[in-house]
Amino acid sequence: MKELELYIHIPFCVRKCKYCDFLSAPASQRERQAYVDSLCGKIRSYADSAKAYHVVSIFLGGGTPSILEGEQILQIFAAIREVFLVDEDAEITLEANPGTVTGGGPASVTKEKLAAWRQAGINRLSIGLQSAEDRELKALGRIHTFAEFKETYQAAVAAGFSNMNVDLMSAIPFQTEESWERTLRTVAGLTPPPAHISAYSLIIEEGTPFYERYGSGEHAEELPDEDTERRMYERTEEILSEYGYHRYEISNYALPGYECRHNLGYWDRREYLGIGDGAASFFEGKRWSGKEEPVILTRKDAMEEFMFLGLRKMEGVSRCRFREEFQTEMEEIYGTVIEELCRQGLLETAGDRLRLTRKGIDVSNYVMSEFLLDGE
Amino acid sequence: MEGTIEVGAIEQSRIRNFCIIAHIDHGKSTLADRIIEMTGLLTSREMQSQVLDNMDLERERGITIKSQAVRTVYKAKDGHEYIFNLIDTPGHVDFNYEVSRSLAACDGAILVVDAAQGVEAQTLANVYLALDHDLDVMPVINKVDLPSAEPERVIEEIEDVIGIEAQDAPLISAKTGLNVDQVLEQIVEKIPAPSGDAKAPLQALIFDSLYDSYKGVIVFCRIMEGTIRKGTPILMMATGAKAEVVEVGYFGAGQFIPCEELEAGMVGYFTASLKNVKDTRVGDTVTNAEHPCSEPLPGYKKVQPMVYCGMYPADGAKYPDLRDALEKLQLNDASLQFEPETSIALGFGFRCGFLGLLHLEIIQERLEREYNLDLVTTAPGVVYKVHKTSGEVIELTNPSNLPDPSEIEYMEEPMVKAEIMVTSEYIGSIMELCQERRGEYQGMEYIEEKRAVLHYHLPLNEIIYDFFDALKSRSRGYASFDYEMLGYQQSELVKLDILINREEVDALSFIVHAGTAYERGRRMCEKLKEEIPRQLFEIPIQAAIGSKIIARETVKALRKDVLAKCYGGDISRKRKLLEKQKEGKKRMRQVGNVEIPQKAFMSVLKLDDK
Repeated sequence: MKELELYIHIPFCVRKCKYCDFLSAPASQRERQAYVDSLCGKIRSYADSAKAYHVVSIFLGGGTPSILEGEQILQIFAAIREVFLVDEDAEITLEANPGTVTGGGPASVTKEKLAAWRQAGINRLSIGLQSAEDRELKALGRIHTFAEFKETYQAAVAAGFSNMNVDLMSAIPFQTEESWERTLRTVAGLTPPPAHISAYSLIIEEGTPFYERYGSGEHAEELPDEDTERRMYERTEEILSEYGYHRYEISNYALPGYECRHNLGYWDRREYLGIGDGAASFFEGKRWSGKEEPVILTRKDAMEEFMFLGLRKMEGVSRCRFREEFQTEMEEIYGTVIEELCRQGLLETAGDRLRLTRKGIDVSNYVMSEFLLDGE
Repeated sequence: MEGTIEVGAIEQSRIRNFCIIAHIDHGKSTLADRIIEMTGLLTSREMQSQVLDNMDLERERGITIKSQAVRTVYKAKDGHEYIFNLIDTPGHVDFNYEVSRSLAACDGAILVVDAAQGVEAQTLANVYLALDHDLDVMPVINKVDLPSAEPERVIEEIEDVIGIEAQDAPLISAKTGLNVDQVLEQIVEKIPAPSGDAKAPLQALIFDSLYDSYKGVIVFCRIMEGTIRKGTPILMMATGAKAEVVEVGYFGAGQFIPCEELEAGMVGYFTASLKNVKDTRVGDTVTNAEHPCSEPLPGYKKVQPMVYCGMYPADGAKYPDLRDALEKLQLNDASLQFEPETSIALGFGFRCGFLGLLHLEIIQERLEREYNLDLVTTAPGVVYKVHKTSGEVIELTNPSNLPDPSEIEYMEEPMVKAEIMVTSEYIGSIMELCQERRGEYQGMEYIEEKRAVLHYHLPLNEIIYDFFDALKSRSRGYASFDYEMLGYQQSELVKLDILINREEVDALSFIVHAGTAYERGRRMCEKLKEEIPRQLFEIPIQAAIGSKIIARETVKALRKDVLAKCYGGDISRKRKLLEKQKEGKKRMRQVGNVEIPQKAFMSVLKLDDK
């Protein structure tokens, strides 16, 4: 049986953040129930093909999956387990946004919800914090404060969650080097510490309110300048390593043994099914997103992906695995590109592996784009 | 076809050969449309908005690029049917020679003047050109339906400034069709019928030609004397090409209609066993090879390109495609010239010669649109004369070929005689502009209380890029401009080189007057700094004259290019982003270690003043 990952997309949120360009929107309770019902239907539609697989990880992403009622989460997992064989030790993550535990908004992470999540088999929470400074949270359009995050975090610990990720973001409006460092230290210093920290650098995406505000270069004074932003980026790894986190992917840090399996699966080209509006899938040699026609990957596509996905990992890509998968040497296909990128100090060889250097990480898009091949 | 009559049945006295002359935007094409429509050759349903302009590009730009002709039939109030041959003329100074040949094919001209704008520099230039060709000029006041129309003032202006009778000029709106019937009647009354003896030896003027893949070269001509028919052995008097006529005919709207013969006084076309439009130069005289006329018609000249630039395929592998495309375009455009050249920065390409900047832009757009070519074009330049110490004189079309300064005795640059018509409040700023562009003031005269004509001699290389735009912006659109070539004049010229990452980029070199070299060099560096994306290392951009650096800018090194998130495994989104990045890189030129975007090579054109 082959390994499979599931991604369940919950496209709802209480309010859209100003930098967000993912598929999500506020919705009513009734719309949410209708969506959950249809999700379960879609899950069941895979009954036949599911037989060849065992599920190693499940990720409920959004939007804000914590917006769903505990019952709805249980309903989804009942459907999953009815159709798929889920490993005993599968990594099962739910994305949650901080909110008061004791109630209030629909996204509140209540004790009841936490209990339902445990019951459903969820063993990892990913909490979108972004910053430990309330002023910065407000500028991002987040609907919570740092105190509310802490409340949620402690409630999750109390409910028995020991594997938690916290999302953080640098280069956001009004952030300074000092405030970023404070955020990192505050989060890494939590008791108990989160097992995993994602540290992204803000990208102003077209179509977001942030793009309208900052896209033209106006209001640049609110954003950290380039030098500051680069120093924040460099400091991230230094500070987190003090607390025992190691960087295993461009933007991800973990305590030993807590690397996110689900995410690594993407870079290792493990098969996954995305269920829900707009979710992406890689299944039986095809990729598709949402309602798109599945595209069969050619050998060229597969080789390119092997390189540009694999290089997101700090350990890089394995020449051995390349040979096993494509029956040809990596240097046979990419010899000149690799040589040139190594010469520029962007890639380095470590035994069997080829990986990004520090400098290469900074310009990884450029490096990865070099691995696209010409022609068909 | 409805409304057509047998050729031959028509007497010379019932033919009217005319053109419409106007300043740009004064409504020439619209009036032509109305005339065609009202003479009944086409039904309204068949009318596309601008029948005469059949190239897409022309429609978009609203200008007429190549002259064309159309023949319509008009039933006048006197009960007779008249043949109207309407010859369309290009409205841009780049095509002045083609205009003059089109005019030579006519017996009269309709002058369209905008009732609000009045007489403009180009109007004057075109009228003088028409009068030079002994055409009867018949004024028409257009756009009288506009709120700002002042037909009385404009009539007065036409009489005062141009000196032609305008009291009974029809006051029309070509757009709505108002009073266009008066225009038709006046064509019959005021424009003289052609003359010429159908039995004399053949003498026909070529005013245009085009290449058709079925018919071969199609020659547009006006028969001055004699008759041409299928089988006539012909001789092109200037090029010496000989051929036998395969077909003769006249112009429907957008189509060729064959007929038996064309006699003296007629306008039409013929096809012959000709391979190349180069054999059929505009302005040449066609005669009967066996019974030639004694003399060619006056006024033929070989058109010389005024502006040169390098054109390179963005993708080096497309070089043969570019050559094929240029050859095909040249079939229809004998004034386009090209020869292969090589650039260190851009690889294999062509040095191309054009009548002017508009001509260049048109060709560039056609190559990109009709032939799907992605081009890198270098900064346009004029033809300089380099007098070497050895006594040799070089015509320099590519700055890279400038000899070593020690071998140069002196250099000359082409000058133009410019007339700029401007309202009095902008005279100061326009004079300032001409000064900046090294203009030599020749005089000024008021043509009415508030309008003056400024006369300047200007170096051609100062006006080929953005002079027209600058003129418009400094006069809020009120200045108009026309020029003609004046000849060469000695000048202090230097070659400005651009070094990127300390390597000279040959395709960015240009010739500039010593007095403005520093300023140009500085602005060029600034512009290139904007155009060149940040790369993995710091890139100095320098401007140099010889070994002396006169300006410098720096492109800082790229420090961040990361896709932070790849959410929910959306790999295709990431792939698209990487592909876009790679695609962007393909549109760059590698010079040394540096990637230079294609548009940077045109930067010199965009050194905006103010």
